[in-house]
Amino acid sequence: MRILSLAGRRLAASIPTLFLILIGVFLLLQMAPGDTVDALMAQMGGGDAATARELRQFYGLDLSIPMQLANYLWRLVRLDLGFSSIYGKPVASVILERLPPTILLMTASLSFAFFFGLVFGVIAARGVNRWPDTLISTLGLIFYATPSFWFGLMAIVVFSVYLQWLPSGGFEDIGTMQTGLWRVLDIARHLVLPTFTLGLIFLAIYLRIMRASMLEVLNLDFVRTARAKGLDETHVVTRHVLRNALLPMVTLIGLQAGTMLGGSVVVESVFSLPGLGRLAYESVVQRDLNTLLGIVFVSALLVIVVNFVTDLLYARLDPRISADS
Amino acid sequence: MSGAILSLENLSVRLPEGADRPHALSDVSLSIASNEILCVVGESGSGKSMMANAIMRLLPNEVKIESGRMLFEGRDLCVADTAEMREVRGAGIAMIFQEPMTALNPLRTIGDQIGEMFSIHTDLSKAEINARVLALLADVRIPDPKLAAKAYPHELSGGQRQRAMIAMALALDPKLLIADEPTTALDVTTQAQILKLIRDLQQRKKTAVLFITHDFGVVAAIADRVVVMQHGRIVEQDTAHQVLSHPAHPYTRQLIAAVPPLKAPPPRPLSSENILTISNVSKTYRTGGFLGRGARVTAAVKDTSLDLPKGATLGIVGESGSGKSTLARCIVRLIDPDTGSIVLNGKDWAKLSREQIRRETRHIQMVFQDPFASLNPRRKAAELVAQGPIVHGTPRAAAIAEAKKLFELVGLDPSAGDRYPHEFSGGQRQRIGLARALALKPDVLVADEPVSALDVSVQAQVLKLLADLRQRLGLSIIFITHDLRVAAQICDLVAVMKDGAVVEQGLVADVFGHPKHPYTKALLDSIPGGEFAREHETVSV
Amino acid sequence: MDALKRYFRSPAAVIGLILLLVVIAMAISAGFLYPRDPLSLAGRPLVWPFSNPRFLLGTDNSGRDIAAQIFYGARISLLIGGVATAIAILIGILVGAFAGYYGGWVDNVLMRITEAFQTLPNFVLLLVLVAVFGSTITTVTIAVGVVSWPAPARLTRAEFLSLRNREFVQAGKTLGMRDIKIILGEILPNALPPVIVYASVVMAVAILLESALAFLRLSDPNVASWGNLIGLGRDVLRVQWYVSAIPGIAILVTVLAVSLVGQGLNDALNPRLKSR
Repeated sequence: MRILSLAGRRLAASIPTLFLILIGVFLLLQMAPGDTVDALMAQMGGGDAATARELRQFYGLDLSIPMQLANYLWRLVRLDLGFSSIYGKPVASVILERLPPTILLMTASLSFAFFFGLVFGVIAARGVNRWPDTLISTLGLIFYATPSFWFGLMAIVVFSVYLQWLPSGGFEDIGTMQTGLWRVLDIARHLVLPTFTLGLIFLAIYLRIMRASMLEVLNLDFVRTARAKGLDETHVVTRHVLRNALLPMVTLIGLQAGTMLGGSVVVESVFSLPGLGRLAYESVVQRDLNTLLGIVFVSALLVIVVNFVTDLLYARLDPRISADS
Repeated sequence: MSGAILSLENLSVRLPEGADRPHALSDVSLSIASNEILCVVGESGSGKSMMANAIMRLLPNEVKIESGRMLFEGRDLCVADTAEMREVRGAGIAMIFQEPMTALNPLRTIGDQIGEMFSIHTDLSKAEINARVLALLADVRIPDPKLAAKAYPHELSGGQRQRAMIAMALALDPKLLIADEPTTALDVTTQAQILKLIRDLQQRKKTAVLFITHDFGVVAAIADRVVVMQHGRIVEQDTAHQVLSHPAHPYTRQLIAAVPPLKAPPPRPLSSENILTISNVSKTYRTGGFLGRGARVTAAVKDTSLDLPKGATLGIVGESGSGKSTLARCIVRLIDPDTGSIVLNGKDWAKLSREQIRRETRHIQMVFQDPFASLNPRRKAAELVAQGPIVHGTPRAAAIAEAKKLFELVGLDPSAGDRYPHEFSGGQRQRIGLARALALKPDVLVADEPVSALDVSVQAQVLKLLADLRQRLGLSIIFITHDLRVAAQICDLVAVMKDGAVVEQGLVADVFGHPKHPYTKALLDSIPGGEFAREHETVSV
Repeated sequence: MDALKRYFRSPAAVIGLILLLVVIAMAISAGFLYPRDPLSLAGRPLVWPFSNPRFLLGTDNSGRDIAAQIFYGARISLLIGGVATAIAILIGILVGAFAGYYGGWVDNVLMRITEAFQTLPNFVLLLVLVAVFGSTITTVTIAVGVVSWPAPARLTRAEFLSLRNREFVQAGKTLGMRDIKIILGEILPNALPPVIVYASVVMAVAILLESALAFLRLSDPNVASWGNLIGLGRDVLRVQWYVSAIPGIAILVTVLAVSLVGQGLNDALNPRLKSR
């Protein structure tokens, strides 16, 4: 209960942050060359000034900027993100359609990176400055330096073009409408390469943090106490070191949530996944500013939710957190 | 030697290359019988803690046992394999440490950590383990054992945490208990309780105790026999009575002489004119809370009034959390007091603006506790001392020249001004800190625990220097300390603080000789080594 | 001096420095080795590497010399990486120093803004900035810098928070120093080493961000950048995969070099970490 109220307070504190972001980006987008109406007219193949004026009046674009902002925020409170002229539907429904692949991709990549980062980090720390450590640390450095989109392309060349093991893109096979378990398996097959591609850099970060954190905790006094009790090394690690060493990893999930969402823009483009990231890219190219602003809102919201969950997890792991609430 | 639980024979421990000496321990031989407390005394770097880790075979990787034997119940621990060592650790030899906060795992409950002793070494069931844990916690006199077992380390006080550590160490009735400075991090009243507890449990269980300490007062309070160490060698070992009253080795004599006795030197005449008058100063902290709700309010200093006569030294003594450091920082306005006045030279410091403080600050200067943290590591010594005058308008070259003169005044080589702080020892750094404060020629010096981080022999030298300087420069000093023995040596007047308020003040001889407040009495009674602390021979300050 | 010696004792750090010097040498020598515009038509399109001595690394889909683009690309990556990092570190130090030193409402306001920047995915913000201000090399560089400052700001703030209560800083106050002198003269020199080391991380990320932007064809199309080339090679990926592969390796090597140098600096400046 205490934990929940603490995390709830943090959640409440992020509402002003959210508004700060929205106001900032809204004002920024006012400086963009061209507005929704320009984009719409371009799509219709041009039109006269009178039509443009009417359309601007219809969308409320003839008002002063503060008025437009107030309008926008007021609609936002009612969960109305506006209308996308490019897609011809409300922005909210465009985003909602694109959300599942991104969430699936992020969850899969995060689990992959967290799990293997943890395992490799522990192995490296246990054999510090010996060959397993050198090998893992070197691989970590190389993974960190690999541009994800390039890794994705090379993976397509190897696994889709030459070996033909995995599909080169898309979320599922559209030709054969599958259902139930088969559909799940099909989607999973499509997500293997994107998951590795997006997760690679995070794997590198997590293993490095886990290694450093393990080494730090191994040097703390209570580890000496544990050894002085007659505990063997394996149990020293599992009972005393691991949980303490996990704390910075959990913090990192929250801090990296935004970066991961940003990374999915690129990865979804490489693998033609119909997700939020690809939508962001498309709306920039097509100058669909309403949709772009909606994406900013939703991705900030996603990051806040991830941070909320991490707060809960952290408070669960560390009794010191809930004590001071 | 018969009846020895543990005997070390010619033990040598090698340090890695690049350390300040080749051996942490050279040719150390000693033995401990059951039912005795052997104190190992030495200053920092004497190798006493290294010995404890060597016995447990918990030395850092680069440090190796080179030669010698460690016989514990007939087997040589130097050649025992890891499995054998694991059996000995905890069950045969147990250990308690200096800092109980960091020695306990912050993420697991006290009961869980004590119970682990049983789950490692015995086949007891969960219920039996729980019952044993509660019995142990009752044994070490923790108020509510059930509650304490469920608590996490941060939820207990320092003294209770150390009690829990002791409960854990004694869980399996080990033959030998190694206590590595177990009371150093505790307040003096808590220290007295823990020493008594260790003594009581040791007598009841007939455990042998290897007690490591730097404090001769603690030795006097607890030891049956004493081993004195210097630079990794044993210089003297004998019964406690013999070592304390007839020390044989010159180093032992020097160490004992450096321990300040509680006896105050003859009083100095005091001026009737006050240079600093503190009236009704209060400072309250608010922590936590959201928009003013649920905030925790702590009164760090409560309605405190003190007078400092010109040329006198006023000691403020108290345990941690008594508000003495906060008060010191209020006086120099590092912290802004909420109410009250601090009148120095006719000006009320509590009411001056930031800008005025900046100009007036040369009249009142501060010396800090930690000689490692109080000097900017990136500036040369002479520059550090010259900084103050430069800020107040002295040309740089003149200030540096003046700094070198100050070096002489505080007993440092003037040519050392080109060196960086890390090239000096702790005592020398404290002298630099003193020179920095004196460079502005202040009327009042506020010294916040200036000798607490120093070894006892260095501590005596710095105190002597301070006494010298106040005579020569006519300084008035506010001296903050937790150590009543130090206060007795240097102060003319003393004020005892508890929970933010002054409970008793007056001349040192009166307050320490005829304490009126029960808390002052408790403090005085807690000074380890009782008679020894009062009476022993010393170099007078 | 000791730090320098420690740096050269680590093989990884030396390899990193050599790699970085090679990339810098490529950037400098691009002008003489390939005096022609790297984006001009050089020969037949899609010549495989090592098959024609004129084009050692082959040509891309529109017949431009890949080797020339790699050499000129080194310039762009280093330029964008360097300038964007300088911008990010400068903003980061300013924000972090004031927030950490003054605390209270200053800290509150500055940290709210930092939090806002961190809550918005940096690549999404980068897209917004490019959408608004266009994608010339100048705007892209500034945009990459602007999205990268929150992490150094937090780091600087943490350093200032721990240093501002150190006794030597309090000593500075009791000597009567002004805040600005304490911040710049006393705290900053002690807070700087970890921030400098972190600059290598910022630079690595900056290079990766720009190349990702270029790959999506949202960076400056009029300069020879590695990301542009990878994006171009995507159209012929199934057969002539080398068009994408080669510039990718160049990015990998550069980012690896920067990271290794950063790690070497870290170990050299904090020797106690290395010894365990």
